[in-house]
Amino acid sequence: MTTIDVGILPVPHEEAPRQESYLNIAYTVKSWALTTDHKRIGVMFLFATSFMLALGGAFALLLRIEHLTPGMTIMDAYTYNRMFTMHGIVMVWLFMIPSIPSAFGNFFVPIMIGAKDVAFPRLNLLSFYIYLVGALWVIVALWMGGVDTGWTFYTPYSAHSPSAVVPAVLGIFILGWSTIVTGINLIVTTHTMRAKGVGWFKMPLFVWTTYGVSIIQTLATPVLALSLCVVGLDHWFDWGLFDAARGGDPVLYQHLFWFYSHPAVYIMILPAMGVISEVVCTFSHKNIASYKAIVYSTLGIAFVGFTTWGHHMFVAGMSVFDADIFGITSMLVAIFSAIKVFTWTLTMRKGSIVLRTPLLYFFAFLFLFVFGGMTGVAVATQALDVHWTDTYFVVAHFHFIMVGGTLTAWLAALHYWFPKMTGRMYPERAGYVGATLVFAGFFMTFFPQFLLGNAGMPRRYYYYDPVFQPLHVVSTVGSWILGFAFIWTLGYLIVACFNGPRAGNNPWDSRSYEWYTTSPPPKHNFVEEPHFVLDPYDYTVPAEKMHA
Amino acid sequence: MNNLLRGWLNLPPQASTYAQDVDLLHYFVITSTMLGSVFVFLLAVYYVFRYRQRAPRATTPRVKTSAPLEFLIIGGLQTLFLGFWVVGASMYNHMQTPPSDAMPIYVTAKQWMWKFSYPDGRASMDVLTVPVNRPVKLIMTSRDVIHSFYVPAFRMKHDVVPGRYYTAWFQANTPGVYDVECAEYCGVSHSRMLGKVQVLTQDDYTHWLEGHPVPTAEGLIGATATSGGDLAKTGRAVAARRGCFNCHTIDGQPHIGPSWAGLYDSYVKVDGGRVVYADEAYLTRSMMDPQADVVLGYKPVMPTYRGILQEPEVAALVEFIRSIQTQPFPPSVTLPRVEPLGSGQPQEPKP
Repeated sequence: MTTIDVGILPVPHEEAPRQESYLNIAYTVKSWALTTDHKRIGVMFLFATSFMLALGGAFALLLRIEHLTPGMTIMDAYTYNRMFTMHGIVMVWLFMIPSIPSAFGNFFVPIMIGAKDVAFPRLNLLSFYIYLVGALWVIVALWMGGVDTGWTFYTPYSAHSPSAVVPAVLGIFILGWSTIVTGINLIVTTHTMRAKGVGWFKMPLFVWTTYGVSIIQTLATPVLALSLCVVGLDHWFDWGLFDAARGGDPVLYQHLFWFYSHPAVYIMILPAMGVISEVVCTFSHKNIASYKAIVYSTLGIAFVGFTTWGHHMFVAGMSVFDADIFGITSMLVAIFSAIKVFTWTLTMRKGSIVLRTPLLYFFAFLFLFVFGGMTGVAVATQALDVHWTDTYFVVAHFHFIMVGGTLTAWLAALHYWFPKMTGRMYPERAGYVGATLVFAGFFMTFFPQFLLGNAGMPRRYYYYDPVFQPLHVVSTVGSWILGFAFIWTLGYLIVACFNGPRAGNNPWDSRSYEWYTTSPPPKHNFVEEPHFVLDPYDYTVPAEKMHA
Repeated sequence: MNNLLRGWLNLPPQASTYAQDVDLLHYFVITSTMLGSVFVFLLAVYYVFRYRQRAPRATTPRVKTSAPLEFLIIGGLQTLFLGFWVVGASMYNHMQTPPSDAMPIYVTAKQWMWKFSYPDGRASMDVLTVPVNRPVKLIMTSRDVIHSFYVPAFRMKHDVVPGRYYTAWFQANTPGVYDVECAEYCGVSHSRMLGKVQVLTQDDYTHWLEGHPVPTAEGLIGATATSGGDLAKTGRAVAARRGCFNCHTIDGQPHIGPSWAGLYDSYVKVDGGRVVYADEAYLTRSMMDPQADVVLGYKPVMPTYRGILQEPEVAALVEFIRSIQTQPFPPSVTLPRVEPLGSGQPQEPKP
């Protein structure tokens, strides 16, 4: 074969005899609402977070339309400020942070370690309802007119902002509980529920990353909860804890906020890295170039990530000495991501590579994440950050990581695990089209923003200098392509849910442990107690040996 | 080459002494990181073609990446990143440390305007006038929320925080008019909180100092500053009104607190044996948080003036203390020396 096969995989056409799965054991609303099955909870998280992605995405599209002209296009400055804030809040706390750990992590971590469920199934369901309550408060804030402080809630502005600050911070406070509960649950599950033979260094890498993320979530979220509490009290009761005129310190708030929110960046990207590790091995049919490099860099990111928060504040008023220390720790944390990138790339060497939609998303991820990560090293260079911080350069940088990295990995996960979760295949050609459009639309949206930032356009500007208009127009058109790509993807996935061909248990010929069971998996994940014969990345023997 | 890359990267003019250095580092960092990204991506694309699947369900050999290769990659990258840090941090330290001969200008930000107060007592709104080729130090504070003073053409930015007095500096190297933008979100008119820096030649600047409108050629704004009297004089009045002279003298005599004469630009021994350089930051910190650095030999009795002194008053006071750096006022009365804390015999005041 000299060309790359772009057709859909051969799949059995005859309907398999009805197999009991987590999906078809009961169809009632109650069976979903009161389920303690981690797979159903994972699916409910997937639906809830996807809805939030759609909401945040709609805000983003409207914001981009507003920027078609330098002045007012479709909304006034009040609405604009509220909308970019709500876009940030919804995307960060309601989509990005729970998206992969709570949806895919919940679904796959127990299967990948051969467990029947998570360690605390009822706590797991509680986490979902806490998420809903938190989301409800954010919706209440939206209904009350939204918040206009930016997702960072910088004091003292947030203490006096004439908008719905209190319900929003209350919502985020509650969402934090959901994150902590899921985090603890996954930590305990990983420690105590591994099946016989699944040693720490035999776990699939996705489990390692959700484990690392759970540690960060559990340690960092309380600090966010604390600082947002104080913002709420400052706003509601005028306590003035961050009010300079009464002895408070507004810069202290920034330290507290970034102590959480910088590790939160790793909360968002680490699970994405786990997905990418799985995808690259499966579609290269090859062992990961260095398992230990991935594991230790995951833990390195999780811990060193706690010492870098000050790089958000190089011009916010800190001593030169502190800034230099934060500069050097930021350079250290970058190296861990670089190690991962090289390990993924080298994994493909001598593989047997099949180009499918998840691998296309891997390529999008590789390019966008490396590009975004490298601009991260650039903004961590203190002298350069002075010019770039709080401009569109930073906006472009973190969207390359958050959207170009996490969102493409999320899409990779959605396609990669779609056959396992639903038992059906998505249409491969439509997937290629979707992945290409996502990449093109994304690049067109955010690349111009680097140039805007270089030219000195600050972020969160409603009016802008007309010389910036051409770049803004390009960016807006790109956002339409990206928006269309999402609608397209949603469309074919919904159709495939009901009409896709049956997938079989291991359509990708993977060795990772979730593919040992049936698609979709039965209620307790494995019909018999699982026995994992091979290492999850052992491609030296044919797949039939998996069940030897 | 510089102009070509600057054009490609869409960077504004390089109108301050450190702007070009920042841009050179920018070119180096961006070029090396982008080459790295492209290399990784092309390598991955090459692998996809080179190692495409040739038989369905083919097995692959177990390849172990050699440890020396891993260490080479990690070591090489870490050296590169630390190289960025060494250059970037030393440049940043230079950009954050005003030269001692810098000319001070006081900046007060409020929603949504900039006020600039000059040592000669004049003040202007939204237009900052400075001479070319002279270091200028901005002493900045905010009256309400956090703002950020950003001049893209100078590659300079610093947050302006209520209750804190930050210094930032630049030295313009080309006469002209440059944009000032607020870079920290500060409310509904954040994007309208714009100003200009007007950099004048030495001749024009002298002309402007004499109170004339500057010639408006070359796109200069031609604004004058309104005079509010000598800023140092205002500061002396503020000190009298706020009761500073109850404890501090301006003739060099120690009293309940240390004298202000000769204080600015000196090194002060404080409690705990540390030595603190008395610059604007020290002076403002001592007003807002007096217990932070208590001068050795004095009691920590000064109350905080946080929330009491208004921002223009602080600027005036600092300017007044600066003005008596070398020319103390002659003593009017001889004050009794208050017994220093924990020291031996009180010293007789010198006649």
